[in-house]
Amino acid sequence: MQTVKMVITGPFSAGKTEFIRSISEIDVVSTEREITTPAEKKQKDATTVAMDFGRITVDDDLVLYLFGTPGQRRFDFMWEILAEGMLGFVVMVDSAKPETFREAKSILETFRAYAPTPYVVAANKQDHPDAWSAEDLRIALRIEEGVKLLPCVAKDKESVKNVLLELLYSILEEMES
Amino acid sequence: MPLKGELRDFSTTQLLNLINLAGKTGTLTIFQAKKTGIMEEVNGKKRERIEVGPEKAKVSFKTGKLIFAAMNGQEGNLVAVLNKAGKLTDDQARIIRERAKNTNDKALALLLINANYVSQNDVITSVQQYILDVVYSLMSWAEEPFRFDDDILPEKDRIQVPIDLENVIIEGSRRIKEIEELNQHLPNLDMALRFPENAKEKFKGVHLSVEEWRVVSFINPKYSIRQIAKANNMSEIEIRRVVYGLEQAGLVELVKPPGMVDPNAANRARKPAAKPQPQVQKVVVSRLIDKIRSI
Repeated sequence: MQTVKMVITGPFSAGKTEFIRSISEIDVVSTEREITTPAEKKQKDATTVAMDFGRITVDDDLVLYLFGTPGQRRFDFMWEILAEGMLGFVVMVDSAKPETFREAKSILETFRAYAPTPYVVAANKQDHPDAWSAEDLRIALRIEEGVKLLPCVAKDKESVKNVLLELLYSILEEMES
Repeated sequence: MPLKGELRDFSTTQLLNLINLAGKTGTLTIFQAKKTGIMEEVNGKKRERIEVGPEKAKVSFKTGKLIFAAMNGQEGNLVAVLNKAGKLTDDQARIIRERAKNTNDKALALLLINANYVSQNDVITSVQQYILDVVYSLMSWAEEPFRFDDDILPEKDRIQVPIDLENVIIEGSRRIKEIEELNQHLPNLDMALRFPENAKEKFKGVHLSVEEWRVVSFINPKYSIRQIAKANNMSEIEIRRVVYGLEQAGLVELVKPPGMVDPNAANRARKPAAKPQPQVQKVVVSRLIDKIRSI
C-alpha cells in the first residue's frame, strides 16, 4: 500500500487541528495537552504538542496522511521530523490576528528550507469579523504572486477540500512542468 | 471588513506599503494605546496587552494615494495650516478666523486666493506639507492600535491633495531611528537585492537620495548587501536603513545570492539528513484529487 503525506503548519491557534478534523475520515489522533500558561489559555484550552494526525483513504492501495505541526516554537524540534517525505504543505494563517503574521511568514520560510515541495497559504478564519482579506494578507506576508493564497474557514469541510485540492493541483502542475 | 491591528505587529510603513500596493481607498485611524497591565503571550513572547484608546490621528487615501491627514489635538483647518507654513501672519489668521467662522476650507481657499492673500500653489504646498508632517510623525509610533476602513473619506469640504506613497514610505523609513527594528526587518546582510518585475514603472517619479542611488547602482543578485555597503563605504545601520526604505517602497526585492549558505544549514546538519522526497506518480496525485472531490 502506498502512503503519501501532507503537512499542515502555521502559528499557534491558526486552526491546524480544526483543519485536519474537518476532512479526516478518522477521529484526529491528537497530541493535545491542556494549556497551562494563563495568557495562552485565554485563546484556547488545549494545544498540539507533538503532532495531529488525520487520514484519508483513497482505496486499498493509497492513503493520504495529514500531519499537523505544533504551533509554538518550543515544540519546533518536531517540524523537521514531520516535514520528512511530505508531498506538499499548507501554511495556515489566522487572518484576524496580525500579531501572528510575522511568525507565519517565518514558519513558511522554515518549511520551504526543509524541502522544495509545493505549498499553499490558507487565510483561515475568513468568517471572523476582523479577518484581513486574502489579497491584503498576500501583501502583508509578502507572498509571491505565483503562490496560492486561499481564503479558508477550517471548520467548513468544503473550504478545507478546496485548500487541499489547490495544493494537489500545484503538485500536479509541478510534476508536469 | 476593516483592517484592524496594532502598530507593534504591523508598522505604519508596512500599512502604507499595503495601501499603496493594493491601491486602497479609505481612512486609517490610529488610536492611543491603553495599557491594561495584563500580560499576554504572542509567538512565545510575553507582552502587555493594550486596548483601543481615544483617536490620535486619521489619514485618508484614494486609490493608493495619500490625500488627507489630521492629528487629534492639532488645529488642522486651512487657516492654521497656512499660518503654520508662514503664508498668513498671526494677525491675518486671527482676523480670518473671526470673519470666516462658518466657511469651509475649500470655500475659504477660494476667497483667500481671490483676495490675493495667497496663491493656489501656496494652498497646495502648505496642505501637502501639513499632511506629510502628520504622516511622518505617526511613522515613528510603535505600538498604537489601528483600523483601516474601506471607502470612508474625509468630508468633501476638506482640501485633499493626492501624494504618491512611494516617496512618503522612503522618506519615513529614512526617519526610522530604531536600529532594533531595522535589524529585525533585515537580519541577514548576506542576502542580495534585485529589481522587481516592473522596476521602470515603479522608479518613475521617485526621488532618491544620493545614498539610495549609490545602493541602487550596485543592485545585482550576485552582490550581497554587505558587499554593496562595503563598496559604498556605508555602515551596517546606514545600509539597513536604505535597503529597508527601498524594499518597503517595493523598489527592490531580497534574494539569496548564488552559493549562499543557508543560515539554518549548520543547525540542520546536526540532525539526520532529510529523506529524499517520495517519488509520487502523477496518477497518484490524480487519484487523490478525485478522492477529495468526492468527500
